[in-house]
Amino acid sequence: MSNSVTNTARLLGAALRALLVLTLVTGVVYPLVVTGVAQGLFPGKANGSEIEADGKVVGSSLIGQSYDLPPKKGQETPEPDLKWFQGRPANGLGANSINTRYGLILSGATNLAADSGAVDGACPAEPEDGTLCAQVLAARAAVVKDNSVAGYTVEPSEVPADAVTSSGSGLDPAVSPQYAALQVHRVAARNGLPVAAVEKLVEEHTQGRVLGFIGEPRVNVLELNIALKDLAAKR
Amino acid sequence: MSPVLAAVLQLLALTGALALVYVPAGNYMARVYSSPRHLRVEKWIYKAIGADPDAEMTWPAYLRAVLAFSAVGVLFLYLLQRLQGVLPGSLGFSSVNPAQSFNTAVSFVTNTNWQSYYGEQTMGHVVQTAGLAVQNFVSAAVGIAVAVALVRGFARSRTGELGNFWADLVRGTLRILVPMAAVAAVILVACGAIQNFSGIHEVGQFMGGSQQWNGGAVASQEAIKELGTNGGGYFNANSAHPFENPTPFTNLFEVFLILVIPFSLTRTFGVLVGSVKQGYAILATMFTIWLGFTALMMWTEFAHHGPALQAAGGAMEGKEVRFGIGGSSIFAVTTTLTSTGAVDSFHSSFTGLGGGITMLGMMLGEIAPGGTGSGLYGMLIMAVIAVFIAGLMVGRTPEYLGKKIGGREMKLAACYILITPALVLVFTAASMALPTPPHSMLNSGAHGFSEVLYAFTSAANNNGSAFAGLNANTDWFNTMTGLAMLFGRFLPMIFVLALAGSLAEQQPVPVTAGTLRTEKPLFTGLLVGAILIITGLTYFPALALGPLAEGLA
Repeated sequence: MSNSVTNTARLLGAALRALLVLTLVTGVVYPLVVTGVAQGLFPGKANGSEIEADGKVVGSSLIGQSYDLPPKKGQETPEPDLKWFQGRPANGLGANSINTRYGLILSGATNLAADSGAVDGACPAEPEDGTLCAQVLAARAAVVKDNSVAGYTVEPSEVPADAVTSSGSGLDPAVSPQYAALQVHRVAARNGLPVAAVEKLVEEHTQGRVLGFIGEPRVNVLELNIALKDLAAKR
Repeated sequence: MSPVLAAVLQLLALTGALALVYVPAGNYMARVYSSPRHLRVEKWIYKAIGADPDAEMTWPAYLRAVLAFSAVGVLFLYLLQRLQGVLPGSLGFSSVNPAQSFNTAVSFVTNTNWQSYYGEQTMGHVVQTAGLAVQNFVSAAVGIAVAVALVRGFARSRTGELGNFWADLVRGTLRILVPMAAVAAVILVACGAIQNFSGIHEVGQFMGGSQQWNGGAVASQEAIKELGTNGGGYFNANSAHPFENPTPFTNLFEVFLILVIPFSLTRTFGVLVGSVKQGYAILATMFTIWLGFTALMMWTEFAHHGPALQAAGGAMEGKEVRFGIGGSSIFAVTTTLTSTGAVDSFHSSFTGLGGGITMLGMMLGEIAPGGTGSGLYGMLIMAVIAVFIAGLMVGRTPEYLGKKIGGREMKLAACYILITPALVLVFTAASMALPTPPHSMLNSGAHGFSEVLYAFTSAANNNGSAFAGLNANTDWFNTMTGLAMLFGRFLPMIFVLALAGSLAEQQPVPVTAGTLRTEKPLFTGLLVGAILIITGLTYFPALALGPLAEGLA
């Protein structure tokens, strides 16, 4: 009996030493070496791809932001500032609930099911609040209303899926070229710019698929808005 | 180019890249586990451990070493989280509560990486890099070690010796995982993944004000997270977060990292048993299932069945624009057919059938191609069962790779395939029957049931992905998924190593005209059939209540 206890203790000792040595290799040396190489070769990217406008950091080109008006008194959800291109909905985004001295962005998705809010296999005209059907239909109505300006009417069928759905991270930095194109008339009108100039801007900021087939075409909203601000200031 | 065509081309490019590295990677790994030479740094490590790397172990000794190493790993990771509040370099984050610490420690040691916590607000630098990332390496190395021990059981005869666990563990980590992860991490940073040790970043915003995000050693962890089929995200959004997976290229690259070791290990297996054709037959089985599942997933996601997705005009809920539906479908199938569980899009918002495909992928036992090591040993167990079924049909004693599959071998294989479904179904049934656990469900009806079924399927199969609507941070789910992960990892390992021991003792039987040719396409077909039928019969009633009910409504 005492023999087997000794053997077990010896084995656990060996296991602990193995863990500590491997922790040194994979948990200390490995991350430090990778960090050294990363900071040496790609310091901008390793630190979050921060992007500047007018000499100030205005965010990361990889992290989506909201472009809202300052909330009015008693208003729970702020209204979008229609002067700027808008990103995707982010209904799954949260704020940190522990270690609350920080105001960290909590990335996340809604996780709502494809049949959330459906009745008899379809979204009803007035779905229950908080369901995916409700979020999609409300977002589409808002996109149609906001982007229909004098001489340009948006049909509900023209609204692309990314404009009415929340992304996986809640931080999607991009929209589809279709959603950007849909916003061109509104943005041009609000900024007093010719439609053609804004169209050209969107075109310049559209990234195609990598190597022509990897991923989907997209427009980075923050970079587009920075360029838009420049363009509007020059006029 | 249409999105569907682009998705198919991505699939072809991925297959081409995997095919390119298959032979060199597989041969290299075979040398790692059979070479008599030790590197100098390895000799130092063995001295520190106090182990003789050339001492052969019997199966019980090998198993004891696996269990001791894992037990110490759980305890160490548990204490690290419990002490976070007083550890330096932890961003001032407080200690993690006991139930969640237990769950997370078990989760990372078992290669599951189920996460009931939000990474960005819970874990500081020390726990992430010296705790969680370390288990990303070593739990993967343990998986490969057990698989190699089973392969040695087939390859060796009239011996009780299965190799030395410490040597297999150290070699797998140092010679395979660390170098590959280091290269992959630098590539990820070059594309935009972050890698720093600074504190909380506070940066200005376009509209004024500021936003806060974490710094961290993200790329280095992301690389081993995929390569070791772990899946635990630095951030809550996992590989959907732009700092973990910044571009369409990194998305495909991460899928490659997940698949490269599990697929290439079939070559290692072939080399070690002395017939690379046997490896091709196993590879063909894995690849057929993986490709079939991917095709099904693309079909249902592109057709975007499901009322809310129909209303939206596309299945983009929970998906990122840069990956699109194609990239997200490939990732989702790959992560659930391996034991990874990383996600670049949220499975709960997939179409009903798409969610069912991710679940069925895990229910197959994660063998196509499965986790690092665990995929290979799981598939070899299925091969043993397929050989047995074939033997019954022709009335001949079944044999595989020259070893007789007798009563003892079949009992061990049967225990292996029964244990995981038993865990999944019993824990799910208990959660649905008790009064409070169902309160954790976000969605109602069939989808709510799917959330719970998914949770235990994911835990018992050591996957770690989730229908994340479920609030799993309760004492019940933290404890029960923790137990499911523990039993789901180590009970099967006991049967695998016992089987390895029993096979190694046998004298090989000569190949005759009546021997089932297990390197032929006919056997691959039989194996695919056996896998689908066994899994289908086990889980059909549960699937019918969840994803099938939702998808066919």
